[in-house]
Amino acid sequence: MAHIKIENLVKAYENRRKQRRKGDPVSVGEMIKVLDNINLEFADGEMVCILGPSGCGKSTMLKILAGFDTATSGRILVDGREVKEPTSDYIFVFQHSGLLPWMTVWQNVELGLRHMEDAAQKEAQIQEYIDMVELTNSEQHYPHQLSGGMQRRAELARALVVNPDMLIMDEPFTGLDFLTRMKMREEVVNMHEFIGKSILMVTHDIDDALVMADHIVVMGDNPTQVKMDRLLRFDRPRDVSTGELAEIRDEIYFMLGVSYVV
Amino acid sequence: MNNWRGAGWLLPASSFLIILLLWELVSRFSGWSSQVFPGPLRVLESIGEMLQDGTLLQHAAASLYRVTVGFYIAALLGIPLGILIGRVALAYRMLNPLIQFLRPISPLAWIPLAMLWFGIGDKPAIFLIFLASFFPIVVSTAVAVSAINPIYFQVAANFRLSRREVAFRVVIPAILPDVVTALRISVSIAWLVVVAAEMIAVQSGLGYLILDSRNALRMDYVMVGMIVIGLIGVLLDYVMKGLGRLESTAWARKSST
Repeated sequence: MAHIKIENLVKAYENRRKQRRKGDPVSVGEMIKVLDNINLEFADGEMVCILGPSGCGKSTMLKILAGFDTATSGRILVDGREVKEPTSDYIFVFQHSGLLPWMTVWQNVELGLRHMEDAAQKEAQIQEYIDMVELTNSEQHYPHQLSGGMQRRAELARALVVNPDMLIMDEPFTGLDFLTRMKMREEVVNMHEFIGKSILMVTHDIDDALVMADHIVVMGDNPTQVKMDRLLRFDRPRDVSTGELAEIRDEIYFMLGVSYVV
Repeated sequence: MNNWRGAGWLLPASSFLIILLLWELVSRFSGWSSQVFPGPLRVLESIGEMLQDGTLLQHAAASLYRVTVGFYIAALLGIPLGILIGRVALAYRMLNPLIQFLRPISPLAWIPLAMLWFGIGDKPAIFLIFLASFFPIVVSTAVAVSAINPIYFQVAANFRLSRREVAFRVVIPAILPDVVTALRISVSIAWLVVVAAEMIAVQSGLGYLILDSRNALRMDYVMVGMIVIGLIGVLLDYVMKGLGRLESTAWARKSST
């Protein structure tokens, strides 16, 4: 279960530069608001995609949700409980790679099951998830021996093996080539439909969001605000080039400052 | 370049040959007596002598013993202290200035105090070697710890690793490659210092051998001492390099390329 409620969330940093520079939104010593009064609500089991320009605070929001960062004011509730520290109920999947490079795929996946007492069951479970992400026979490989897509899948296995209520993914497709990206999209969507867990994903790619999301959020910067918050009730696979999805796409492009899509 | 691979040892060997040749020429034609500037053959003979009567091994063993003990103590104290300074902001702010202040003071400057505090024998020499390797180990370890990607700590928090688990599953493996490099560098510094350390207060070791031979005007023995110091230095570096090839540090070499 993971019903998420973000209430009046504000995150601000003090501007610690010695001198005010051109383009700085505030003077030295004043607070820069990265997130300004964000209110959002996501139903349990939703696949949420958050879009927005760089620096709009969407990653910061995910980090607060994961308990890695704290809010300046406001709060995030998951199933009515305020998020205060990291928990293995919500697993964060990092941009680039969050695999520990000195551990093999097997050791990385084992991380969340290390306290499991029944060794045979533990082993079976690790193997099951490694097989699920199609990394069979790569168990003893180190992350640097895997391609970008395989690393991402290994991280997914590590996240899913602990049976979390929610996956939090920060631009998980960054740095992947086009084909791998398409496959990862499909895999994440399949996984979502298969296991029905909540997924919150930040992405730069509007098509990623339109193809994958049940719920799409567009954030803008300066000041950070929610510009679009809507449900996408469409069957998958989806065609984003025609119909209502194409209209939504154009609308998002326009919001983000692109008025004409080539 | 492939053609050179088979003769990989030839290039370095040729430089040694040239030096030997020059050495022989200078010793013959410079006009210095062979007492002041013994030739390579004379020195080789002396090596044979000293090997036979066992003095050379004795001195080398004494030096290696001091370096080993001093270096181990430095690593044993330096690595944990480096981790503390790298991990705990308070420790960094408290101890970093002190370490930066003590670090540039040459271990040789400690000789008078070392002799006063530890008297005569192995102790002052070990103390100097400890000083020489301690600071580089602390500083490199602290730098390595503070350079750990914060993502790894977030992963650890996400999977609820305890403090102990963070230390043994994240911090130590993450810094291991850098620490091995630091150890390698400090061993060579320690080896540099042992000679100086042995010129005081001890009756054995390669440094003592050199000093004692100078007093006896045996320049061939001085040169034997120097050669053995060089050889053991290369050997130590080779051993430490082997540490860097450990399985547990392989990820760092591969990941960076």
